[in-house]
Amino acid sequence: MSDQTQTIPLEATMPAATGKRQSHGMSDALSGWLMSLPLALILFFFLLLPILTIVIVSFWGATEYSIYPAFQFDNYEFLLTSPVTYQVFLNTIKYAVIAWAATLLIGFTIAYFLAFHVRSLVWQIALFLLCTIPFWTSNIIRMISWIPFLGRNGIANSTLMDLGIIDQPLEWLLYSDFAVILAFVHLYTLFMVVPIFNTMMRIDKSLLEAAYDNGATGFQTLTNVIIPLTKPGIMIGSIFVITLVMGDFITVRFMSGSQKANVGRLISNDIGLLQYPSACATAVILLITVLLVIAVMLRFVDIRKEL
Amino acid sequence: MTTKQDKKGVSRRSVLKGAAATAGAALGSGAITGFPTIWAQNIKDVKLRQFGTGVSNLNDVAQKVKEDLGFTLEMTALDSDSVTQRAATQPDSFDIADIEYWICKKVWPTGNLQAMDTSKIANYDKIVGIFKSGKLTPESVIAQGTAPHSVGFVDGPDGTTFAEEETGWMTLIPTIYNADTLGIRPDLIGRPIESWTELLNPEFKGKASILDISSIGIMDMAMVCEAMGEIAYGDKGNMTREEIDKTIAIFTEAKKNGQFRAFWKTFDESVNLMASGEVVIQSMWSPAITAVKSRGISCVYQPLKEGYRSWGGGIGLSKSLSGLELDAAYEYINWYLSGWVGGYLMRQGYYSAVPETSKEFMSENEWGYWFEGKEATDVITSPTGDKLAAAGETRDGGSFYDRMGAVACWNAVMDENQYMVRKWNEFIAA
Repeated sequence: MSDQTQTIPLEATMPAATGKRQSHGMSDALSGWLMSLPLALILFFFLLLPILTIVIVSFWGATEYSIYPAFQFDNYEFLLTSPVTYQVFLNTIKYAVIAWAATLLIGFTIAYFLAFHVRSLVWQIALFLLCTIPFWTSNIIRMISWIPFLGRNGIANSTLMDLGIIDQPLEWLLYSDFAVILAFVHLYTLFMVVPIFNTMMRIDKSLLEAAYDNGATGFQTLTNVIIPLTKPGIMIGSIFVITLVMGDFITVRFMSGSQKANVGRLISNDIGLLQYPSACATAVILLITVLLVIAVMLRFVDIRKEL
Repeated sequence: MTTKQDKKGVSRRSVLKGAAATAGAALGSGAITGFPTIWAQNIKDVKLRQFGTGVSNLNDVAQKVKEDLGFTLEMTALDSDSVTQRAATQPDSFDIADIEYWICKKVWPTGNLQAMDTSKIANYDKIVGIFKSGKLTPESVIAQGTAPHSVGFVDGPDGTTFAEEETGWMTLIPTIYNADTLGIRPDLIGRPIESWTELLNPEFKGKASILDISSIGIMDMAMVCEAMGEIAYGDKGNMTREEIDKTIAIFTEAKKNGQFRAFWKTFDESVNLMASGEVVIQSMWSPAITAVKSRGISCVYQPLKEGYRSWGGGIGLSKSLSGLELDAAYEYINWYLSGWVGGYLMRQGYYSAVPETSKEFMSENEWGYWFEGKEATDVITSPTGDKLAAAGETRDGGSFYDRMGAVACWNAVMDENQYMVRKWNEFIAA
């Protein structure tokens, strides 16, 4: 899965890389360009053009019910001078970091178990498919089903009270940061499991045997052999989780009972109030932030080289 | 209310089936109600596109229009922000706009709607005073905010500014309105609630909610702040920046102290918050109370001494309507006011612009319960058959005159709307 998504853009951006072969009639560069054309067109019309539109509109002006072309920095000025913006971006990053750490820990453990503890391939596949079962329902349903579970009179609270562990219902279970992060972890852990499991499966088992033969403990094998070799998978999973969490708005709205804000909600509020230019400006800033985060992450691991 | 869906009133098959009966139906309705009947063979080809908020965009209405009038009414339900946007920016995408009066105030200046000649409206004289002089009864005081009559008339067919009094040219024909207040769970509160101040009472810490729709939420906030005696507003429907700042500050502090369990944005969310017991007091809409009650959970639309926050909607005609379509639209309006829709809406707890025609489409028990505030003599059911009240129960807030006579403020759009929206966003993010 991750192989596919990673190699296709590479061909699109580096068509000349395959140019060592002798071709007949057509120059290598031309055939390369032609081969990459369909994808390039799709990316242009469905990725670049929309982003360009967003950037352009972010400089427009808006009245209460219309937007008009202009070139002004009002939207950015308001955004970058408002303390709310910084607070909300901070909150977004907080969610991303905590959700990332939790999904990494859980996802790595699951992948490790599947790859190294389950011996037969049949069981590996069966258990892996088991992990994907929740994904047969929609995101929203999986998220909303937490609400009756965590509520004041929900299953969690009533069970804890029946067991005598608490006297009063725990208020912070629902409509809190805890609920938001819980939902994120639940929704996105699989995005961590899949790429990590994928890379782990490619680790040559003889390396582990060599480590064992050389007297490495289980923990040493983990930190010196498995983790370094799983880095690309971890990085791909991290990119998935971080971009998903930073771009989310609906989870935060439902699980916090609209009481918390992240950047996605800022944008969705603006759209609801027909303030498209302001929404675009926020989206541009968010895009830059996410790209920066990913750029920093890619400094640590060269995904291309390791795939 | 955030979902966008197209509601096709009538399927192709029923159009075909109904084609033969159409002539008879159109003539028949004309004969009964005495409206001018358009040439039956033409009218069946007419298709009017109506859009509006979910409350009155009902499939049953489109079906009944097909039966009674013969033409097709295509309904699109949107949330109020999208409704405003479409009315203001896409005049060719609709024939009939079903909008609220405060939206009209925003949209009318764009010139996308045309004024209606009241001499063509058969029941004009019977329309409730709120929409004409602004007064429910001659001694009523007009409430703050965007009162419907203040944006209900223009000087002439091409008028762009609102007239002070009745001119014979109406912007919107009123269709539906109600008085909103706080909803409470009497079983979980256990004492009488009488004032808007209770929303911020520390007793309900972590158990209160307010709606996250800025234009309406700010009004509920203002009702609370005024009741607390913290702020004396010049006009709650048109606050100054200073008033907005103070109002938001009071609620931000309450939010930080954990007063609110959640904010809600859609109808369903408000129902679930109340029904699950997460919240015991909150801003609410009338049909949401009904939905909680229909689950067998006690819930009261509590009348409060400071009065109600009211809203009203009406239908306006697109500027581009003319000829046969325009005639059909007038016929539709006359039909709308002739009682069937009114009865349908009143049996949901809303009010009709011409109550006396609606009366003919309601049983004596229903009329007594919904309009006169009397004890129900038998089970009260909704138009879709759900049980809403048992014999012996009375409507929260009492009669039409008790409820609509106690309106403190109308839903409004402020001059400082954009400023208010920004402050509202800060409140949510705080």
